[in-house]
Amino acid sequence: MVKYIGKRMASLIVVILGVILIIYLIMYLLPGDVTQFILGTNYTEEGAESLRESLGLNRPFIIQYIHYVWGLLHGDFGISYVSKMPVRVQLFSRFPNTLILVSCSMILCVALSIPMGIYSAVKPKTFLSNLIQGLGMIGIALPSFWLGLMLILLFSVKLSWLPSLGSVSLKGIILPSITLCVSFMASTMRMMRSSMLEVLNQDYIRTARAKGANFREIIYHHAMKNSMLPVITMIGMNIGSQMGGSVLTESVFSYPGVGLLLMNSIASRDTPTILGCLVLMALSIGICNLVVDILMLYIDPRLKTLIIKGIG
Amino acid sequence: MMNKTTNEVLLQVENLQVSFFTPKGEVKAVNDIHYTLHYNEIMGIVGESGSGKTVEAFTLMGLLAPNGKIKEGRALFEGRDLLKFSEKEYINFRGKEAGIIFQNPMTSLNPVYTIGKQLKEVLFLHNKKIQKSEAEARVLDMLRQVGINQPEKRMKQYPHELSGGMRQRIMIAMGIINHPKLLIADEPTTALDVTIQAQILDLIRNIQKKTGMAVIFITHNLGVVAEICDKVTVMYAGHIVEQGKVRDVFYYTRHPYTRGLLESMPSLLTDTKEPLAMIQGSPVNLLELPEGCPFADRCKHCMEKCKRQKPPQTQFEEGHIAYCWLNHR
Amino acid sequence: MLLFKKRNQRDQQKNLRLQSVISRFMGNPLAVLGLILFSVILLATLSVGFFLDYEQSALAFNIPQRLVPPNGTNWFGTDEMGRDEFARILFGARYTLSVGFVSTLFAVIVGGIFGAVSGYFGGITDNIIMRIMEIMMCLPSMILAIAIVVALGGSILNMVVAVGISNVPKFARIVRSSVMGVRNTEYVQAAQIIGTPFIPLLFRHILRNCMGPVIVQATLIFAMSILSISSLSFLGLGIQAPTPEWGNMLSDGKDYMRGNAYLVLAPGLAIFFSIFSLNLIGDGLRDALDPRMDI
Repeated sequence: MVKYIGKRMASLIVVILGVILIIYLIMYLLPGDVTQFILGTNYTEEGAESLRESLGLNRPFIIQYIHYVWGLLHGDFGISYVSKMPVRVQLFSRFPNTLILVSCSMILCVALSIPMGIYSAVKPKTFLSNLIQGLGMIGIALPSFWLGLMLILLFSVKLSWLPSLGSVSLKGIILPSITLCVSFMASTMRMMRSSMLEVLNQDYIRTARAKGANFREIIYHHAMKNSMLPVITMIGMNIGSQMGGSVLTESVFSYPGVGLLLMNSIASRDTPTILGCLVLMALSIGICNLVVDILMLYIDPRLKTLIIKGIG
Repeated sequence: MMNKTTNEVLLQVENLQVSFFTPKGEVKAVNDIHYTLHYNEIMGIVGESGSGKTVEAFTLMGLLAPNGKIKEGRALFEGRDLLKFSEKEYINFRGKEAGIIFQNPMTSLNPVYTIGKQLKEVLFLHNKKIQKSEAEARVLDMLRQVGINQPEKRMKQYPHELSGGMRQRIMIAMGIINHPKLLIADEPTTALDVTIQAQILDLIRNIQKKTGMAVIFITHNLGVVAEICDKVTVMYAGHIVEQGKVRDVFYYTRHPYTRGLLESMPSLLTDTKEPLAMIQGSPVNLLELPEGCPFADRCKHCMEKCKRQKPPQTQFEEGHIAYCWLNHR
Repeated sequence: MLLFKKRNQRDQQKNLRLQSVISRFMGNPLAVLGLILFSVILLATLSVGFFLDYEQSALAFNIPQRLVPPNGTNWFGTDEMGRDEFARILFGARYTLSVGFVSTLFAVIVGGIFGAVSGYFGGITDNIIMRIMEIMMCLPSMILAIAIVVALGGSILNMVVAVGISNVPKFARIVRSSVMGVRNTEYVQAAQIIGTPFIPLLFRHILRNCMGPVIVQATLIFAMSILSISSLSFLGLGIQAPTPEWGNMLSDGKDYMRGNAYLVLAPGLAIFFSIFSLNLIGDGLRDALDPRMDI
């Protein structure tokens, strides 16, 4: 077991190094001379050259990459070109905000989508179930940024109940969380529904009926745990997309998170900060996936056996 | 606890008709089935796949698929009509008064709960007051009875950690842990190895002897019937073709279909150079049952009459009946 | 002669299968609704060039007519430069839909090649390719697309790559498993033993085997690509104003939405209906192709 977790962590490290490599490579190709941008009107050939030297920009790509990763290991994300402060400082002042937003949206998503999915699987062809399914289909097709704008129009412009600017406060986080979670809610709900439908067709559900279990016991006891397995995996993967989606949501609501920082640093061509934002997001996604994988071990007893046998 | 004598009736099924309504039309799965089952009796139901034997059993347990409808009939279980049971009555009935074992032990146990938990559940479902320790003791006892070694260890294991034969033993334990009066075994050995099959059959026979319950044993294997059943109902396309004591049906066969089944059974005594006999043709389409005898198309002795008119019931020795025009010449 | 007859029979079977897929698709009201919706969108997009002049109606400023609410001449009103919103939506569809389509095609082709190579050669090749795909799956598509567009700029070609690249692993997986499945079937092994040219055989079987799932997946990915493109443009990273594109129209419109809500309503609905209809078609196709539905 410990060995498996160790193996998973090792592969996570490889994946994260690969992800950083891809991002770093893409950023390396960023056109335009950074020195010109930083020095602005003070630009001189010598100044640019010494700046390149101090930023390490004239070393080969692979050395720069290793240097960057080495820095990351020490918590060093580099120095922002714009604010001249360590990127880490900005990142860690923004990251909790994004974390709060994503968690709120996750909680909202799970709390609503799972009961809805179960209901529409268990009571098909009822009005409520059809309504849930219809909403699910609409939810998946809704562009989140547009939904955000519509919510602002309704709740802050027309009704003025909630602020149009997002912030880390009870009122300020409602609209961004809804915006972020709707499409995930819809897809999680559909997954829950189809998974539940599939499980209800299994032989062991028939066995449960044959034992004399009633409807409630069958759903909550026998079908629930089994049907949750693929849903949990999917939720784990969704955390990644939520991180990506937070860029859009945060810029619609000007919510002070990593996504907004990313957009701002893109506008100011602040490569170290861009890089830092992307790497931090990738890192948190990788860790989330690892946590979900380990969690699955404790929920699905079959996985454990597979791993002990060495297949996993 | 159930020391009733053999001649007391436990279950009487009369004129049972079940259909499935599919997009392609009405599938008449069970047509006019009737039999009487006593305590202490094992009845085999034999037929090829699609002959309605499983549907018949599921109907008794109230486990029909949603598109299956009971069109007619009664099934009196100690005088109460099962077919009129509400879902609530069925919940008290299943697992307590009647148990069922399914064909595929590999998929019939819930993969995410331990064996012990799944067995104890049957006790708790029908007796809310039972103590935890008592339940545990009864489960252990039951596991020993069905021949599971190291029951304490097995209780903590998950289904996927056990072999198929062991899982089927667990299923049997689950079926009889509440001492039901009736056990339905739906092809319990089909998915298992031959050596395990024999063990499972022995187990069922022994437990039946000990408890005095009645067993409905569904199979397509006449050898199994000969081994453990007292009487047998042979089904074809949802119809009874022959019914009676195992000895009567095997030695004084009165229906060509039964004879065909018997002849297609490999035996150590017959000359191995002879090819195995088989029944020509393929099973009848249940969507369009013929007007006459359902077996007419495949019958060697088919007459004009067979195609036009359903054969009537003919009574031979006590309880031995057959539906064939040949008996009316 | 016999061969000919056999082939004829096979073609007939194929036609029969296709017919039953079509009839199942057409029997699904939601799928038909999706098909109608998408056809309308597509038809409007394709035909708008015949009725309106692109430069005149979608680009030229008409300041006196700015921010006119919807009316008889300007069905969806006019934007802050006095351009007709309806015309811009129709012309915008050209960009969004075609970039979405091409990027999906890109993902199908590149993913297909990777998947086929990976499944065909197996071993180390397979391992390396699949590891790379895994790494790409770990990067949320939005983040990868942002990184690429930021680095390379928001030209149409770059958009195609940025949006398409994160979908490559999905197709690679489908094609790979199909190739592996076909490779290991007895008839392919038998054919190999008797010396039938292997690659054409494999190609034919793979095409037949994974056509269904690829088409279903491509339809759904097409919808997602539309979302990604308009998201990028909304963030100001994709297709830039003044070129009409739904995402950047939304982004322009949001500054005026307090007084002129229609400026965000119309492009949003256009995005929504395109995705919605494609999803309906994709779901319908999946159900129609699912052999489990056959009784």
